[in-house]
Amino acid sequence: MFRTLIPATIFAILVVFFWVGLTLDPSEVPSPLIGKPAPAFTLPSLHDAGTELTEQTFRGQVSLLNVWATWCVGCRQEHDMLLAIAAEDVAPIYGLNYKDDRADALEWLRRLGDPYKANAVDQSGEAAIDWGVYGAPETFLIDAEGIVRYKHIGPLTPEVWQQKLRPRIVKLKEGA
Amino acid sequence: MSRWLALLILFCALPAAAIDDQGRLEDPALQTRYEKLTNELRCLVCQNQSIADSTASLAGDLRVQVRDMLESGASDREILDYMVARYGDFVRYRPGFNARTWMLWIGPFIAMALGLGIAAVVIIRRSGEPRETVE
Repeated sequence: MFRTLIPATIFAILVVFFWVGLTLDPSEVPSPLIGKPAPAFTLPSLHDAGTELTEQTFRGQVSLLNVWATWCVGCRQEHDMLLAIAAEDVAPIYGLNYKDDRADALEWLRRLGDPYKANAVDQSGEAAIDWGVYGAPETFLIDAEGIVRYKHIGPLTPEVWQQKLRPRIVKLKEGA
Repeated sequence: MSRWLALLILFCALPAAAIDDQGRLEDPALQTRYEKLTNELRCLVCQNQSIADSTASLAGDLRVQVRDMLESGASDREILDYMVARYGDFVRYRPGFNARTWMLWIGPFIAMALGLGIAAVVIIRRSGEPRETVE
């Protein structure tokens, strides 16, 4: 009886681990910023080079920071989703224009629509390193105290919005 | 083609390791540390390469960051901590030993101990059975 029970149990445990494991993405790098204050930055605004944006911009409301660029295919894919999220008006979307050309970025937003409340230009990518950005698009959820609460890597989809981001935003706003 | 010619041609590929466009650091001690650190940090875009080997744009940015930090006097520890603070333990090829990574470091030894233990139990049990004779 034991001869089959012990290996069978071990097998069952392994099945559970492998099942869960197959749903995970090994190339995804979890962010160590979760639960920590948003990294400090001072960057020029996209629309007005004379204005500066800092991490203080996030204070006072639950907001999203979307790292994007015109050369990024995934960003093009998620753009309509961003417009939809902006239209829902649950949380403002701030943009971090990553290693891009200012003129290209302005033209892109003019042509495709602008979901951003404000856009910071990180031409060198230095500020993005502080945020642990390794591939656009990436979207951060920041609470009203300026603490990073969640990070999504890759294009935003309706599923991600409905299941991961939106519930968290609602919860954070209720808790405030 | 003669064997020696083939070998010579192969050896010519060795200097191709360098992909930095900034040139070597002036201080040879810093250059050594730079090479050591950039080989220890993982490129998160091409995750099987270090930032020393990867041609990804992010790898270049991180190499510049390491270089700047070295030139401003940061220690190896500080540079590695800087990267881990932003990208997590995964950015180091040999992550530090802590509450999150102990399983990674010790796991193989535990598995080996388990395997040897089971093997030992099975062998000891088997040695008690009578030997079969071949007719």
